Amino acid sequence: MEEKPTMAASDRDLRLDLFRGLALWLIFLDHIPSNAVSWITIRNYGFSDATEIFVFISGYTAAFVYGRAMRENGFIVASARVLKRAWQVYVAHVFLFAIYLAEISYVASSFDNPLYTEEMGVLDFLKNPDVTILQALLLKFKPVNMDVLPLYIVLLLFFPPMLWLLLRAPNLALVGSAVLYALAHALDWNLAAYPNGEWMFNPFAWQLLFTFGAWCALGGAARLSPWLNSPLVGGLSIGYLVFAFCIMMTWYFPRLGALVPHFLSDVLYPIDKTDLDVLRIMHFFALATVTLHFVPRGWSALKRPIFQPAIVCGQHSLAIFCMGVFLAFAGHFVFTEISNRLITHVAVSVIGIAAMVATAMVLSWYKAVERGPRPPSIKPGFAGGSS
Amino acid sequence: MRAIALLALLALGGPAWAENQDVCRTAEAQVGTSFALPHAAQSVANKRLNVLVVGAGSSALPGPEGVRKAYPARLQAALAAAMPDTVVTVASDVEPRRSAGQMVRVLPAALSKFKPQLVIWQIGTVDAMQGVDPDEFSQALEEGASITRAAGADLILVNAQYSPRTESMIALGAYADLMRRVASQQEMPLFDRFSVMKTWADLGIFDFYAKTKKLDTAEHVHDCIGRLLADLVLDSVKLGEPQPQSGR
Repeated sequence: MEEKPTMAASDRDLRLDLFRGLALWLIFLDHIPSNAVSWITIRNYGFSDATEIFVFISGYTAAFVYGRAMRENGFIVASARVLKRAWQVYVAHVFLFAIYLAEISYVASSFDNPLYTEEMGVLDFLKNPDVTILQALLLKFKPVNMDVLPLYIVLLLFFPPMLWLLLRAPNLALVGSAVLYALAHALDWNLAAYPNGEWMFNPFAWQLLFTFGAWCALGGAARLSPWLNSPLVGGLSIGYLVFAFCIMMTWYFPRLGALVPHFLSDVLYPIDKTDLDVLRIMHFFALATVTLHFVPRGWSALKRPIFQPAIVCGQHSLAIFCMGVFLAFAGHFVFTEISNRLITHVAVSVIGIAAMVATAMVLSWYKAVERGPRPPSIKPGFAGGSS
Repeated sequence: MRAIALLALLALGGPAWAENQDVCRTAEAQVGTSFALPHAAQSVANKRLNVLVVGAGSSALPGPEGVRKAYPARLQAALAAAMPDTVVTVASDVEPRRSAGQMVRVLPAALSKFKPQLVIWQIGTVDAMQGVDPDEFSQALEEGASITRAAGADLILVNAQYSPRTESMIALGAYADLMRRVASQQEMPLFDRFSVMKTWADLGIFDFYAKTKKLDTAEHVHDCIGRLLADLVLDSVKLGEPQPQSGR
């Protein structure tokens, strides 16, 4: 491995933005509780879901951006930039937690129903806000659907040394990441959560996908492409996607479950999201292989207006992710307080995605304006790209 | 998926169920899969059935009438009505805020006290609220199943209630999936209370968003659950009828 990792052409691969944008939309749709529209999202048709896409592409872009910084400006400067990004994500997480608290407090003061005495116990944590808020700031208390950003923060915190190794010995770094993944599985490593249990997204397991994304960005993708284009891998991928689809159908139609042989279900289950089950990784790989076949690099259609909404969302992933979490809360609020009809579900989903696109476009506009006549060095660090 | 099924349901039987007095049955299709209950069937053949309900807070109703109106008592009434020549008892070991792991620990004592041929185990809500590790949760389920079988009884699982107001705070989905998987792997029936209640909500039969202190809706829901649960018990008992005696 003497050759220097070949950096892709300096212009950004629009496919990354496109698929990250789409993943953000899917995450938004899945985050609205009992959203009828969420039956269109990929988690219903296979083992993996939008989280895998989001983490992989985040790893890819992180290596793309900070890898160049590390090569041009050295380890210290690049690390400082990664840590600044981690801080921005942390601030975003705390902001979302504040919104969550507002929603919960409202429900606590307005909801009463003898059918749900047990469920209302979930609001008990409001009785000791001192502990809860502190635990949330320590990233141990993570309400429903607020697990992705803490994972992202931890991944970024440990990214500088990983990136250093990736730039020198990419394959060794990838093997190291896989070993960590295997150890986490074998020894049950995970971070503790509050009040009990562990992290919903185990960072020791999910780092594999993030590192793999980074490895691909630093020349791995080019080395893989002969494999990815081979008919054998393509055929296996399609076969695996069909297999996963059939297994998923047995979840919705339990009667079909009888057709799955016992030894197979013993091998398959549980398909663990927390520890990023191997079946999920394989499903993501298969999905990526098939998708890349149909959407080649530099595909001219990527410039068409129809793809711009998703691409622009993917270009502002942190802000749009947060926006999606907020909109999911708001959507749930609309369902509980105003209307829960199918038409409302469709309207909330469409308006939510439109709001995400509009926000992303405004952010692009800001970026263009700020870059405009003045030299970029005028901007002090903090006020910069934070959401 | 469910939305499509629902649309089909609406298209097929729209006005019919609206007229139907028995609103509980609108969610019949969601009740769950039947599996044979050999111990219970054997006992019914001998004109006796002892049922034990083990559960947490959502198996009870508050108020002085709570015990009589909650679904365990309604289940007993429905079973007794359907099998007039069989002596049916339903005992319950219900206490709020118990996780699956906690209930597994009290299960042996409850089994030896009540000597049931059928155990109905309501779980999932507290584990989801506490974010219990999914592995631990499914291990508790499997352990409960083997303890119950060792005590000569069959098991039916009941999953969480559909609770739309708290949906953004309690992630019931993963636990419901796990219960479905363990139930089909262990070949035991699962009463899919979550889907049943969701269907009622979608059809506008009950308003689970309502803010109220009154018990009438809650009592009606428990009555419906008791009756649909009785249907699942009867179907499953029929599947497990001892072969030599089925000379009917």
